[in-house]
Parts: sequence; C-alpha cells; structure tokens
Amino acid sequence: MADAAQILTTADGRPLKAALAAAQGRAKRRAFLLVLPLLLFVLLTFLVPIAYMLMRSVEHDGFAASAPALVEWFDENPDFDPANPPEEAFAALVQDLARMQEERTTGIAGTRINYSVPGSISMFKKGAREAAGLEPPYKEALLAVDANFGRPALWRGMASASNAYTAEFYLVASDRKLTDAGWARGGDKERIYLYLFGKTFMISALITVICLLLAFPVAHLLATLPMSKAALLMILVLLPFWTSLLVRTTAWIVLLQEQGVVNNLLVGLGLLDDKGRLSMMYNMTGTVVAMTHVLLPFMILPLYSVMRVIPPSYARAARSLGATSWTTFRRVYLPQTLPGIAAGSLLVFILAVGYYITPALVGGADGQLISNLIQFHMSKSNWSLAAAIAAMLLAAILILYWIYDRLVGIDRLKFG
Amino acid sequence: MALPTYASPLERLWYYTYLTICVLIFLFLIAPILVVIPLSFNPDADFTLGAEFLDPATYSLRWYDTLLTLGHPATADAPRDDAWWSAVWERSTWVQAAKNSLWVGLWATILATTLGTIAALGLSRPEMPYRRLIMALLISPMIVPIIIIAVGMSFFYAKACVAPDSAMALIFGWMLSEKGCLANSHLGVIVAHAVLGIPFVIITVTATLSGFDQSLIRAAQSMGANPRTVFFKVIMPLILPGVISGALFAFVTSFDEVVAVLFIAGPDQQTIPRQMFNGIREAISPAILAVATILVVISVLLLATVEVLRRRSDRLRGVTGR
Repeated sequence: MADAAQILTTADGRPLKAALAAAQGRAKRRAFLLVLPLLLFVLLTFLVPIAYMLMRSVEHDGFAASAPALVEWFDENPDFDPANPPEEAFAALVQDLARMQEERTTGIAGTRINYSVPGSISMFKKGAREAAGLEPPYKEALLAVDANFGRPALWRGMASASNAYTAEFYLVASDRKLTDAGWARGGDKERIYLYLFGKTFMISALITVICLLLAFPVAHLLATLPMSKAALLMILVLLPFWTSLLVRTTAWIVLLQEQGVVNNLLVGLGLLDDKGRLSMMYNMTGTVVAMTHVLLPFMILPLYSVMRVIPPSYARAARSLGATSWTTFRRVYLPQTLPGIAAGSLLVFILAVGYYITPALVGGADGQLISNLIQFHMSKSNWSLAAAIAAMLLAAILILYWIYDRLVGIDRLKFG
Repeated sequence: MALPTYASPLERLWYYTYLTICVLIFLFLIAPILVVIPLSFNPDADFTLGAEFLDPATYSLRWYDTLLTLGHPATADAPRDDAWWSAVWERSTWVQAAKNSLWVGLWATILATTLGTIAALGLSRPEMPYRRLIMALLISPMIVPIIIIAVGMSFFYAKACVAPDSAMALIFGWMLSEKGCLANSHLGVIVAHAVLGIPFVIITVTATLSGFDQSLIRAAQSMGANPRTVFFKVIMPLILPGVISGALFAFVTSFDEVVAVLFIAGPDQQTIPRQMFNGIREAISPAILAVATILVVISVLLLATVEVLRRRSDRLRGVTGR
C-alpha cells in the first residue's frame, strides 16, 4: 500500500512517469515529422546518387557480361596458373572473342581489362576480328595472332574482371598496376593519382595558410573598429562572397593573363620588357591566387566572429603587467583566437580540396587538382575509375568534416 | 584598434604598417571585382586600363549589345523595332540562358526554402532526436565537393526515369527529358540546385530561430490560437527575415552553379554560368565582362537586401550592438 501511494499520478490517474514519456515521445515525433520531408528529399536527390556512385566504383560488368564462356571456366578453375593457362581456357577465350565480335561488345570488354592491363583494347579488337577463323589448338592459334594473349598479367586481369564486383578501380586509383606477378606499385613516373592527391592537399594547405595570413589582420581590424565603421568595411568582405564565382575567376584572368591588366600596366610603366611579360595565369600561380581570393571570406568571417567577443581588457591587463606588445599578442591574444583559426582553416581547407571550377578555368596544365582528374575520367567515359577517385576524395572530405564537427560544431557555421 | 597614448614610436610605426597591410588586403578582395566594370565598357577587345577610362566619352555599350545579338538572326544594324526585340527575346543565346537561370533558380529556391524552413522549425525544437546527425547530413551538400555530387547525380539521374505511358509519366513527364529521365531535364537541374541551396536555408533559419522565444508560441496557444494561426501570425513574421536571406542564398547558389549543370543538364538547360564557363574556356571575350558587370550589380543589390534584413531581424529579436 505504501508503494502505491508513492507513485505520482496525473489528474486522470495515469502514472506521471508514463504520461511524461508519452508526451515527450509525441513531441519528438512531431519535431521529426517536420524534418521528414526534407530528409526524404535529400535522401532521394543527394544520398542515393552518391551511394549509387560508390556502387559504380566497385562494379563493372563490361567483361563479365560479354565473356560467358571464360566466366564459367574461371568459376570452375579458380586456382589456375596464370603463367600457363591450359588449352580449354584459350578455347573459351576464342569462343568469347568471336561472340564479342558478333555482338559488338569488344570495346566494352576490352576497356574493362584495359584499366588493369593497359593495351588490352587493341589486343582484344585484333583477337576478335580473327577469332571466327581460328582452328584448334586455340592456344597456338591465338598466340600467333598476338603473343601478348599469353601474358600472365592479362590472365590475372581477366580472371579478376570475370566478377562484376571488384576493388580494382581503387587499386588503379592508388597507382597499383597489374604485372605478370600480380598487383604491384607502378614506377615513379606512373604514380599520377596519389601524386595528384598529394599535390591537391599541399596546394590546399598552402592556400589555407595564405588565407589565414591575409584574414588575420583584416578580421582583427574589423573586430576592433567601432561598429559603424566595421559594418561599412564588412561590405568589402561580403561583396566578393556574394559575387558569382565565375565573375571572380573571369576578373583574375583579365587581371593576370599575359595580355592582362597587370602585365599591360607593368609594361606601360616600363617596369617590364614586352617580351618579359609575367605568366601568372593558366598555371599553378593562377590557381593559387584565384582560389585564395575566392576562399578568403570563409576565413575572415569565422575569425571575425571569434575576435569580436575577445575583451580588449585582457590585452591591456597584460601590457600593464609589463608584457611587450609582441608577448601580449603571442601569449594573450593569439590563444584566444584559436577557435576562429581552427574553424576558418578547416573550412577553407575542406573547400579547397574539392575545388573544381577555378582550377579548371585558370589552372592550365600544371594547376589541375584532383577534382579536375575526376572530370577528365568522366569525360573519357571511365566512369568506374572516376567514381573510385571520387570515393577516395569523399572519404578524405568526410574525415575532415567529422573533425570540423568535433572541433567547431556545424551549427556554428554562419554567413555575415 | 585605436593607438594607445603610451605607444612607443616603434609601435606607432607598426600600427601604420598594419593599417597599410589591411588596406592592401581589402584592395585584393575588391579590386578584381571592380576592374571588370570599366573594362566591359571598353570598345576595344584588349584589356588595358589606360587614360581613356578617365574620359567617359570613349565608353561604349558594344559588348552589352553583343549579349542581345548573339544567336540573333538579324544583322547588327537592323532597325530596333518590335520584331527585332521579340527576336531577341525568343532567340538570343544570352537571353535564353538568363531565362533558364531565372526559371531554375526560382523553383530551386522555392523548393529549398519551403522544405528547409519547415525542417529548421523541427531542428530548433529541443526535443528533436538525432539532431546533430541530421544537421550534419543536411549541411553536407555544402561540404561535399560539388564534383562528387555532380558525378553521383549524373550516374543516378540518367537512370532515374519513368516508364513511358505509366501514371508517373502522366504526372511528371512534362518536367522530365524526352526519354522521361531526370538527366537533361529542367526538373533534374531544379532538384540538384535545391539540394545545394538547402544548407544555406537551414543555417540562416536555424540561426534566426536560435534567438526565438519559445514562450511566444505557448502564449499564442493559451489565447486559443490553433497551430496554423500560431505559425502564420507569430512564428512566420519573426523568422521571415531569416527565411528571406536563406532564400536569397539559395537563389544565388543556383544562379551561380555550373558544375552540376555541366554534368546533368542537356542543351535545353543552358544557363548563364554554363554559358560563361564555356565562354571563358574558349577565348575570353569582353562580352563575358559585360555579363560579369551585370552579375556584380545583381550581387550588390542582393547583399544590400540581406544586410537590411539582418539588421531588421536583429532588431526584432532584440539583439543590439550591430
């Protein structure tokens, strides 16, 4: 009896705890229902496409679908010796090549093998043309068409491609290639993908540092000026932010190209010989300058919002206790701006790593970043490889995004 | 930062150096944008900023005229009568691009703002479950590189088709491409741009709602207002400035977006940025600078609107000091 008396109840006799839980559950559901339409929309138009892209990065049935006889043979003989495939394997290959010629799938199948064993397309085309007229023994006949049909690397590649699902594109995207002995790292000159990843990260880091160096004094000035003046100067920061990216890129081309404003001005002033015009556009310099300009507001705004709330009395206290102005800055002011530095740097770095438009337009040959390589492979219809590189970039971005959320918190993002 | 009276000469020197550096950085920010404006009135196709810019008599609207006449069938010196203007409206490449950009931008903005505002209302409630995770997901279109989004969309939207003669085709068919797919269609570009605009709507509206006094809702309810009245008479007027700035951000995002358009749009969805992108890739003509100047003017107007709205919103919420 004593227990029953202790349970608090609502006016209609339900236990208070249960009633509260029910009410909270209702409130939760109601809040969630408000978000649900957008969540579904984002799921369908954003998440599913990205998931589909990730699937494409591990799936390519170009060979598996057009070479049924070989697929069957590989299934039955998973432990065959790629250095010396038996006659039946060659028979299956010849049968498939003839079929490819009939169904016009040589290109698709050859392209698939070509990713891991370069040069396969032309070999497949040659083989397919001759396949119908070949007589047994097929091994000798096919090797007579092209001796490369006996290469262990090719047989490894075909065995791997006989499965539509593969991690090969990730291996290719990390500069591995299929040799006669199996997957191995390419030579120094062949390491294009990882090199470009490294270059993209280095350039992004460089741009982040330049942005920080440029943003720090400006944000400090804005934070310490009286409100009315700061608001006026803030417009100078926000206007580039609101101006079309293409407009800003165009502006930099006009300014920096060989016949551009800056070069014309320098030549006009006699500082530069007409033949000695500086090439500041369509190379790495162009990419770095234009991207710094584009990303600078993303550094200034978070720095400013942190600096604005730093009380000036701390610096005055340090000075009155005998610190020099440098010590005051280094020991008192700078540590308080660290949250802003972290927020701005991470944001700029994240945005820089995935940048596409500016390098594509002003980068020339050596100013291209990893995004441009993805676009290149898309334009060459190397979809799975493009998807694999994009997936690697996505993984890097998601890690950075996670760090950003841990350190800064995404709900701290603000504009203006 | 005013200079304190006890500053040493060295500190004074450093202070003025610092001011000079700041001025230079501001110049770096703003000069490239301003430089396109006089160049767009330059009748010659070279990019020299010479003495003639001090003389307005040499200014010419030649490149603005090119914008109207590119893709226009009539000769350049044809009389500018009604027929000429209607041909401009129907045929001019840049006018078509502007129409497409506005149409796509408008619908993407409506879609992003409506869905985003409703979601922000839910996200701002303290009882919202998985708030952090959902927020991270909804902001991610801004963080994930546009090239990755565009690649994913170009794969998926080419497959996202409705069967001909099906019920879906009857409802959505007119907005899709001829094959009934999202790729190469206006709807495809609109939803892609809506997704890209959503983070901005979420960020601005939740920021406005963060200062929102929840007791106002209870006050309205206690006086007998139903949920609809509460939303339209109490919540909406207070968050409207945030919603409008979010909408403007979403519109600008769409109006400036080129990568997704390059990947998923067809020839019928030629937008201004796409036209500019192609123009810059080939040989940069001063006509591009004329477009750029128009876009700068538009962004100045948008920035002014957003600033006015932000101040109004701060005043309404009782945030002072800015």
